Amino acid sequence: MEYLIGIRGQDFVLVASDNVAASSIIQMKHDYDKMFKLSEKILLLCVGEAGDTVQFAEYIQKNVQLYKMRNGYELSPEAAANFTRKNLADYLRSRTPYHVNLLLAGYDDTEGPALYYMDYLGALVKAPFAAHGYGRFILNLPSFTVRLIDKNGIQDMKMPLLDAK
Amino acid sequence: MLSVSPDKRVPLGWGSGAQNKRNGDRVSKAVSRHLERPTKVLRGVVLITTPANASQMGGVIAAADTRASCAGLVACPSARKVTPIHSHLVVTSSGSGADCVLWERVLAREIRLYQLRHGRRLSVSGAGKLLALMLHPFKGTEVCVAATLCGWDEGDEVVCYVCSDGLRLNGELISVGSGSPYAYSVLDAGWRWSMTVNEAVALAREAVYRATHRDAYSGNNVDLFHITARGWKCRRREDLKEEYYKENRRGKEMMREYLNINSMKRHTLKTLIFRSFELLGL
Repeated sequence: MEYLIGIRGQDFVLVASDNVAASSIIQMKHDYDKMFKLSEKILLLCVGEAGDTVQFAEYIQKNVQLYKMRNGYELSPEAAANFTRKNLADYLRSRTPYHVNLLLAGYDDTEGPALYYMDYLGALVKAPFAAHGYGRFILNLPSFTVRLIDKNGIQDMKMPLLDAK
Repeated sequence: MLSVSPDKRVPLGWGSGAQNKRNGDRVSKAVSRHLERPTKVLRGVVLITTPANASQMGGVIAAADTRASCAGLVACPSARKVTPIHSHLVVTSSGSGADCVLWERVLAREIRLYQLRHGRRLSVSGAGKLLALMLHPFKGTEVCVAATLCGWDEGDEVVCYVCSDGLRLNGELISVGSGSPYAYSVLDAGWRWSMTVNEAVALAREAVYRATHRDAYSGNNVDLFHITARGWKCRRREDLKEEYYKENRRGKEMMREYLNINSMKRHTLKTLIFRSFELLGL
């Protein structure tokens, strides 16, 4: 089961996702990245049904980038989250709903760090910490991708600190 | 540009129904009724990449079996599941036979159109993305295609798995189809980054052999393609029953040598077995 976790701190948001891409009972890939970079300071994490995740996340990603091209400045994390939720909700009652669960993490220069939880029914809530998937087991940290978003932008963490609290 | 035309005498399932009707006997009528509906054809397919090795050429190995089945019947024992699209791209397909043949042709056409319009060849993951986008409108319908594009573009070997569900993965070791769990076990045990081409070919062949041994929907022969910077090369199609008989004979000889039955009387053999059990404390 795919797993996402996000934790908001004083001036950062820390997000992690597992790296497994599975197809029914077979793990096809062990280094699959579930994070989509919307802008320099916004990350979208997306899990759910096979094709829907990439299609929906890339659609949002391209639209956020288009906004920047048209207007010259980037969308704030709150605006991006609401845009994403609106799209999810619009498609929900169509013939092709997207079955995806999302975490949007961003750093706004005026508002600070923000973590938004969205699920496939179009719910949106700003949370201090959030997770999707079977949250009971966080095993084997090396098989996670962990990224930090703070005022300096999105940073990769090379090796998770095993004894960090 | 190519197109695959399966051997006209033995098409992939649905055509032979019409031919059998001419004979008119009851058996073939039953067969032709069975083959009229398109059904899922599950296949065992195996692909691996080997890194560019200093002494060898590296490249991608694509291997597949050749059985096309139709609800428990082997519709065609010599289907072709690995199809070249252009000199540096090969696609292996699994899922529903009709869908795979159609979508391979559509993909080949679109890749060629891209090349004509833009003056350069589409990359392998680009071709995978194109196929995924073309299949997306059919998500939720009964279209079942699980294709793996194996190729070489601009210094890199790429294996891209595209499924009609929408899953699209670039990977190093991909196995698809009903026989894939069995193939994965062999591949995971034997695959290393530092393999030579011959080792990789032997591994792929072994993986397909084991998958065809256990999986009911995979069998008959194995096709092997090797794609490098210089293009694809195809090995001769091998019948896996020869491998099976060879293994059986080898097993029997080893057993015989071990027990050395010829030179021992039954009595001494029994004593030997009982003594050894005593020694082991059983």
